[in-house]
Amino acid sequence: MTEITGAAAPERTLWSDVWYQFRHHRGAVAGVIILGIIVLAILIGPWLHGVDPQHIDIRARNAQPSLAHPMGTDNIGRDIFAQVLQGGRVSLSVGVTAMLLSLLLGTLVGVLAGFFRRLDGVLMRLTDLFLALPLLPLLLVIIMLFRDTLRGLFGPETGIFLLIVFIIGITSWMQTARIVRGDVLTLKEQEFVLAARSIGTPSHRIILRHVLPNILSPIMVSATLGVANAIITESALSFLGLGFPSDFPTWGRLLFDGANFMMLNPARVIWPGLAISLTVLSINFIGDGLRDALDPRIRGR
Amino acid sequence: MTPETAGEPLLRVEGLKVHFPVTRGLLRRRVGAVRAVDDVSFDIAAGETLGLVGESGCGKSSTGRAILRLYAPTAGSVRLEGREISRLDGRELRALRPRMQMIFQDPQASLNPRMTVGSIIAEPLREHTGMGREEIRARVQELLDAVGLARAYASRYPHEFSGGQRQRIGIARALALNPKFIVCDEPIAALDVSIQAQVVNLLEDLQEQFGLTYLFISHDLSMVRHLARRVAVMYLGRIMELGPRDPLYARPLHPYSAALLSAVPSPDPELEARRERIVLRGDVPSPRHPPEGCVFSTRCPKVFDRCRREIPALRAAGQGRRVACHLVEPEGEPGPDIQQRRSG
Repeated sequence: MTEITGAAAPERTLWSDVWYQFRHHRGAVAGVIILGIIVLAILIGPWLHGVDPQHIDIRARNAQPSLAHPMGTDNIGRDIFAQVLQGGRVSLSVGVTAMLLSLLLGTLVGVLAGFFRRLDGVLMRLTDLFLALPLLPLLLVIIMLFRDTLRGLFGPETGIFLLIVFIIGITSWMQTARIVRGDVLTLKEQEFVLAARSIGTPSHRIILRHVLPNILSPIMVSATLGVANAIITESALSFLGLGFPSDFPTWGRLLFDGANFMMLNPARVIWPGLAISLTVLSINFIGDGLRDALDPRIRGR
Repeated sequence: MTPETAGEPLLRVEGLKVHFPVTRGLLRRRVGAVRAVDDVSFDIAAGETLGLVGESGCGKSSTGRAILRLYAPTAGSVRLEGREISRLDGRELRALRPRMQMIFQDPQASLNPRMTVGSIIAEPLREHTGMGREEIRARVQELLDAVGLARAYASRYPHEFSGGQRQRIGIARALALNPKFIVCDEPIAALDVSIQAQVVNLLEDLQEQFGLTYLFISHDLSMVRHLARRVAVMYLGRIMELGPRDPLYARPLHPYSAALLSAVPSPDPELEARRERIVLRGDVPSPRHPPEGCVFSTRCPKVFDRCRREIPALRAAGQGRRVACHLVEPEGEPGPDIQQRRSG
């Protein structure tokens, strides 16, 4: 324990403490910087680079990196750098949105199942049901059924974006739900939850005030893994021809398209792969730092 | 207290039962029940401390929690200030919460590690009063003063404190709403011996200052002797003996109380040398399958036939004492057997 010197100690706020701890987590700071660079590049890169990712220049196909094409070109002469930048927008937004959706679902189901005994059986059997579903056939069916409707409603790109986010979201929340439920179950028996009950705090506020802040770590871990998972699932869908239209680059699609030309032009695989890895890694580090920063027991060590 | 309930004690518990169902299989078929608390009755007068003692797993904590309605009582009645509370629900129960509070055993587990001390103590205020931010701050500081902690601690986290300090935080939280009645659930069991005295003294001071009534649950017989005016001895979910502290400690009527008290070492070496330890044989039976008749019959050194057939009622035995034992004559002196052992 540290000694305190009377009332002279300055008033600390929660967020200043969190920020202080976060800044001192090297991995997290590095993660923020790398992710920041990637996001910046994706946002303003296409504007600076100024090459249309769809522009076909058949004479410059499979070109080596040069000033005009910093990452070279593909087999029909499209600029890889422009495609990676363009693809990043889609991949990142799909990754983050789908992660948020699955996190929301998973946490909701997990907390309800763990906290309310009556819901436990039903919700966990539902989770098992989802886990047991054969994912790929399900995806095929959903996409076949809803693709055209959604395209008609929101336009080809937004429609497919919503569909993919939705599909990834509702097929990847189960692990989160299980982990969260387990933690809520142990937490619920802690005396401070009992104390809150003896005070008369209603259940929803017990959940918000006492349960959720204490299950942040597994949620954070799920979140960081979820982004990676979503990006990769999106790639798989695109690979099957079920994702975005074929002329619409995403990191996953670039990777799979490039896989056939790996021997001829390794740059086509390396760059999108590197982009995915760096994004996932930096998000992982940020999650790690956030988790530590939000835990007062670790804070200040 | 309302006029028509003036004659009633602050808390009256009658025939309280807490049974936890034991279920098995996919369909959660009920196959039995753990009788944590079985037919417990007692009164606590305003400003009094009732000590509730017994070994681990005898239902002391369950009794306390059922009184505070943290567990749903299976049967029986709990009246606080003349009002039946064992069947209240929802809003009514919540409105009653400020009248009764609890101090928990494990000061580490009873404080949310992610909240500052200030917000922990402020939680009851935020839940039950319409106080503004500044008012709450002022009240939290007042409470920190009352339990002997520095005001600046309000912005710190529980893990930065020692066990005794954490228990003080828990006490401050329990006091926040000016309750009349506090259940102290082994508040000193998890503390160092040197800190125990501090916390007990604090509890005594606060009782005097705020006119509190305690149900003091403990397995520490010496602490109960120090703090309580009356003592109830529990075994396997039932009260074995209930009475004023001094006669109970001087001359326990129930064989179980006698055995329990014989385990307390005496600070006086001469008395200690003469202390006769009554060692009970066997283990406490499972509360799922309590023995027929007297629950203590399986281990009682004075057991006889009737004990195995008939559950002894908690009967008055003079001097305000009540005992659940067939050996004790109603309203009279203990049976010849016990007297003999005491004198010899």
